[in-house]
Amino acid sequence: MSAAVDTAPANIAATADTRDGRAPWALTAPALMLFVGVLVIPLAMTVMLSFHDWGQYKGIEPVFILKNWREIATDPYYAEMFWRTFRIALLTTLITAMFGAPEAYILNRMSGRWKSFFLLVILGPLLISVVARTLGWALLFGGNNGLVNKLLMSLGLIGSPLPFMFTETGMVIALAHVMMPFMVLSVWTALQRLDPQIENAALSLGAGSFTIIRRIVLPQIMPGVLSGAIIVFSLSASAFATPAIIGGRRLKVAATLAYDEFLNTLDWPLGAAVAVLLLVALVLIVVGSNALIERRYAEVFR
Amino acid sequence: MSFLELDRVAKQFGPQTVVDDFSLTVGKGEFVSFLGPSGCGKTTTLQMIAGFLDPSRGAIRLEGRDLTAMQPAKRGLGVVFQSYALFPHMTAAENVAFGLEMRRVPRAECRERVRAALEMVGLAGYEERYPRRMSGGQQQRVALARALVIRPSVLLLDEPLSNLDAKLREDMQIELRQIQRNLGTTTILVTHDQNEAMSLSDRIVVMNQGCIEQIGTPQETYERPASAFVSQFLGKTNDLAATIDLSATPRRLAAGSWSVPAPAGIAGPVTVSIRPERIGFGDAGIAAKIVTRIFQGNHWLFQCESECGPVIVIRQNDGQPQPAEGEAVRLAWRPEDMSLRGAGGVA
Ligand SMILES: Nc1ncnc2c1ncn2[C@@H]1O[C@H](COP(=O)(O)OP(=O)(O)O)[C@@H](O)[C@H]1O
Ligand SMILES: [Mg+2]
Repeated sequence: MSAAVDTAPANIAATADTRDGRAPWALTAPALMLFVGVLVIPLAMTVMLSFHDWGQYKGIEPVFILKNWREIATDPYYAEMFWRTFRIALLTTLITAMFGAPEAYILNRMSGRWKSFFLLVILGPLLISVVARTLGWALLFGGNNGLVNKLLMSLGLIGSPLPFMFTETGMVIALAHVMMPFMVLSVWTALQRLDPQIENAALSLGAGSFTIIRRIVLPQIMPGVLSGAIIVFSLSASAFATPAIIGGRRLKVAATLAYDEFLNTLDWPLGAAVAVLLLVALVLIVVGSNALIERRYAEVFR
Repeated sequence: MSFLELDRVAKQFGPQTVVDDFSLTVGKGEFVSFLGPSGCGKTTTLQMIAGFLDPSRGAIRLEGRDLTAMQPAKRGLGVVFQSYALFPHMTAAENVAFGLEMRRVPRAECRERVRAALEMVGLAGYEERYPRRMSGGQQQRVALARALVIRPSVLLLDEPLSNLDAKLREDMQIELRQIQRNLGTTTILVTHDQNEAMSLSDRIVVMNQGCIEQIGTPQETYERPASAFVSQFLGKTNDLAATIDLSATPRRLAAGSWSVPAPAGIAGPVTVSIRPERIGFGDAGIAAKIVTRIFQGNHWLFQCESECGPVIVIRQNDGQPQPAEGEAVRLAWRPEDMSLRGAGGVA
């Protein structure tokens, strides 16, 4: 600092130039190195791994072949599994949007003390492990011993336990529960940006409460709902703990399949291929829908 | 005469009484302003008329019908909010058309009325603009057009000009008054700006801490303020302590060395309230020395230290020589230009 002060103006300009060129790199270097070290390198290795060969007895062979990718492309098992993964993610997203948006709206209309209390109730589960929350569902609905199943059967309302474990329905319900806070938070943020008098304005113009929600509130919080949907969709499609507990090894999704290939079959290259495909598909979907949303709402909300 | 009537309206938030005993009748086509400092309950009163808040006590009637029993959506009042509260996802035309759609006005008529409303506020050609792309003044005009297009029986304006800069605010004041005159819409304006209230209104309701201090024409409230609060709030004023000299006959009212025959029916210590522009420099009157002299274009502002305390004097810049700083002067005024308040209140 003092050296820079002492030097002639020309020198100051020169140091300023070099500083302009290098300083950002120098300053971001630690974070950049961490990023490269823990994300880019493992990712590149995973991509490379997906092109290696593997055999029951020979293990992983570092060659370049398309065997794994061909298997995924041709075996309908993988198509069905990926289709199931995205179907579950989509349904979860729809359910969280359907319940989360009204939840956030009602929360926003509550008066001070109740508002903070219920915000805590909604966000509180984020502090509890996903495993614990999903196990809760398993305890309630899991087979003959599930609490709710036992109760309903002893009341004679149902003859056999409700199918929940190892079903897509169960997985969607549990996932929706786990993901709900993200949707509520996202819509809540959008609601904060609403003019507090805007509903009164519509009211004074003769609109009923349903019209106000449909024509005034909903269009304005739609970007919030959509960004919440992107978060929930990508988290659900790549979720591991909940599908692992509810679906077990019977009903597999992309994440649990990749896990199984890595740790049970030990076919790392195939697991890597599944993981890479899931990642690429998710990135495409998220980036694509984000671009669509940006374009749709740029005019209004910029 | 009475078109809109507020009858001893009060509003309570928990233990706090925000508006109390508010009674007012507004004639058809009249322009009334609620004037008072921030937090005195103006918005609350306006929102009770609009129906966004329910009064704790009292009644609000429009043409004899009880308004409080009516849903806000059914009242047919036009409201312009301080923040404008435009619908950001709708264009200017869609914003204005919203109230007409709610009334199921046929499409062709709706389009024509929206066009006419936007033209009236000087926004022809801005139909397809979104609010975010408009200036504050333009948004304000859209809000006004949106409130007026439904032909409201009463137009309620909550500090509509306070977000505009000074020049634009003056222009909008003139325009607002013209539009209101042309349409003949009964209008209530909420403002904390006394100039705005005086230049726009037929009558002013001066409020303080939830209570009405005075209702009157701008001239009445300015020249015959009913309380110290009103005289202080409506422009600059000098409050001088004066006494009634009972020993003299006829009795005399004296402030320092200035004195006049005392009006009847008043006794004891009083406060003389006199506007700075009504004080003149003369040969007789209270003795004072000019502390500062400020030139303000069309007038001079003098701050004087007198035998009765500090006094402000405003003189028209009419080309006549004015006393200089430090000069000793005598201040006098005509008895009819002052208002007197006794210790017991209004005289
Ligand atoms: N919803 C509310 N709950 C409690 N107090 C309120 C509420 N709205 C307004 N107040 C209080 O009422 C008083 C008057 O408010 P307001 O009518 O907005 O004043 P003004 O418009 O004259 O500035 C203020 O002291 C404010 O704090
Ligand atoms: Mg206000």
